Amino acid sequence: MNLKEYLAQKGYKDNPRRLMEDLIHLVFLILGLAAVGSVLVITIYLVISGLPAIFKIGPVKFLFGTRWASTAAEPEFGILPFILTSIYGTAGAIIIGVPIGFFAAVYLAKMAPKKVKEVMELCIGVLAGIPSVVYGLVGMTILVPGIRIVFGVPDGATLFAAIIVLAVMILPSVINVSLTALEAVPREYEEASLALGATSIETYFRVTVPAAKSGIFTAVVLGIGRAIGEAMAIMMVAGNVANMPSLFKSVRFLTTAVASEMSYSSGLQREALFSIALVLFLFIMIINAILNMLKTTGGEKK
Amino acid sequence: MKKILTIMLVAALAMTAVFANGSSEESATVSTDGSTSMEQVILSLAEQYMTDNENVNVTYNPTGSGTGITAALEGRCDIGLSSRALKESEIADGLTQTIVALDGIAIIVNPDNTISDLSIDQISGLYTGAIKNWSEIGGPDAPVVPIGREAGSGTRDGFESITGTEDACLYSQELTSTGAVITAVSQNPGAIGYASLASNLDDVKVVTVEGVAPSEETVKSGEYKIQRPFVFATLTNTPLSEAAQAFFDYCVSPEAAPIIAGAGAVPVNE
Repeated sequence: MNLKEYLAQKGYKDNPRRLMEDLIHLVFLILGLAAVGSVLVITIYLVISGLPAIFKIGPVKFLFGTRWASTAAEPEFGILPFILTSIYGTAGAIIIGVPIGFFAAVYLAKMAPKKVKEVMELCIGVLAGIPSVVYGLVGMTILVPGIRIVFGVPDGATLFAAIIVLAVMILPSVINVSLTALEAVPREYEEASLALGATSIETYFRVTVPAAKSGIFTAVVLGIGRAIGEAMAIMMVAGNVANMPSLFKSVRFLTTAVASEMSYSSGLQREALFSIALVLFLFIMIINAILNMLKTTGGEKK
Repeated sequence: MKKILTIMLVAALAMTAVFANGSSEESATVSTDGSTSMEQVILSLAEQYMTDNENVNVTYNPTGSGTGITAALEGRCDIGLSSRALKESEIADGLTQTIVALDGIAIIVNPDNTISDLSIDQISGLYTGAIKNWSEIGGPDAPVVPIGREAGSGTRDGFESITGTEDACLYSQELTSTGAVITAVSQNPGAIGYASLASNLDDVKVVTVEGVAPSEETVKSGEYKIQRPFVFATLTNTPLSEAAQAFFDYCVSPEAAPIIAGAGAVPVNE
C-alpha cells in the first residue's frame, strides 16, 4: 500500500481534522514512549556497566565485604556497610517521619480549623519545595554542631544527623499523600459511625484511616523512595566514612558512595561505583514491589 | 494548522543553525593524560593555549598519576601528568620529568585550637589515631576529629603520601570539596583538615609545619614540607610532535606562570 492509498483509506483528504487528531495522538504516543525509553536505557546501561565489576570482585565479596578501600594499594570493594547504612538510615527516617507525617495529616484532614489548615498546608508546600542541598546546608551548620554538643560526641556528622534530615525531608510527601487519601474518604462513612455513637477520634482511627489505608501506604512508599534515593543532603551531614553503621558514627550510604567518589574515579573503582548504583536500583525496585504487594493485599481485604 | 507549520519551520531553521557551525579546518591534537590533582592547572593552561592557537586541540584525560605515566611510556598520550616526582625506575624506563608547578597543602585546625605548629609525625599521629586528644600534644582537651577528602581526590592522595599515612587515616568525615572541609573544620573545635594552599582559608587556622608557614615562597624554596611537584612526563628518546612541543614550551614558559598561579598552584618558572 503506498502512501496515497493509505491516506485515502484513512479519509484524511475529506477530513483534515481527523489527520490533526491522529497526528496529535502520535505526538502523545512518542512523548509517552520517552518515559518508557528512559527507564529502559537506564536499566540496560546500569546492568551492562554494573555487572562486570561485581563478577571481577566476586558477588559475595562485593555484597558482604565489610571493608571499602577503593584507592588503597590493595583495593577492597565490600559494600555491606553502605547497604546496611541505607537500610538503617531509611528505616530510621521512616520510624521518625511517618508517625509525625501521619498524625499531622489526620489533624489537617479532620480536626484543624480552616485558618490553621491553610497556614500549615502552605508551610508543608514550602518544605516540599526546598532543594535538598539547602537541607544539607542547614543540617551541616546547625544540626551537626548541635548533635556534637547535645550528645557529647567528638563529631556530629553521623548516621543520626542523616536520619533527622531524611525524616524532615520525607514529611511533605507523607503528609500530602496521606491528606489526599484521608480527604477522599466519603463523608457518609464517618456520619454512619458517628450516628452509631462512636466519638470523633474513634471514627477517625477506626473508620477514616482504615478506609484511606491504601493511600497511606502510598505515602510510606513515597517516603521510603525519597529517603533511600537522597544523596546531596546526607552527603553533607553523614560524614561519608565507609564505617559499619552505628548511630553516632560517620557513615556512607549507597547513594553517597556513588556520588562522593564518582568525580575522580577510574578503572575498577569506577566500575564498582556503577555496581553500587545497580544495587541501589535493585533495592528501590524490590522495596516498591514489596509495598505494592502489601497495598494490593490490603485493598482486597476491604 | 498554520501555526504548527510555522513552529516546525522555525525548529528546522534552528537545527540548521546549530549544525552549520561545524568547521572543517585542520587541527592538531595534543593529548595529556594523568593526575586528577592537576586538572585545574592543565585545563586552565589548555584553555588559554587553545584561545591563542585556534587550530590546536589540547585534550585531558583524568586517570591518575600512575596511569598517566604508563600512558606516556606506552606512547598513548603526548604528555603524561603526574602529581608526584617520577621514580628512578620510571626514568630508567625512558621518561623525562619536567616540573611545571608545585602544590602546597595547608594543614588547618579550628580557630579556637591553641596549637599553632605541628610536625609531620604529629600530623600522621593525629590522622592515624595514635593521638586521640589534642591535650596529648599540648593543645586543649578536645577529641581529635580528622577530616579529609574522598578517596581518589588528588589533595588526599598528596597529603597521605607526604605524611606517610596511605590507607591508614581514620577519618571522621570524608568530604567531597575543599569548601566542605573548611566549613567542617571551622565548626568543630577538635577538627583538623587539609586543603590546597590556594583556597580561601579565612575561617580556619592554618598551622605551621615544623616551624614553617605555608606560602608561595616557602613552597618554592622547599622549606614547607607538605608539598608535591606537578610533573610533565615525556619520552626521553622520542621527540614530541610539533604541536605537543609548542604546548609544552608554553607551559614551562614564564608566560604561563600567572595562569598556573590562577589555578591554585605555585609556578616554578617565573
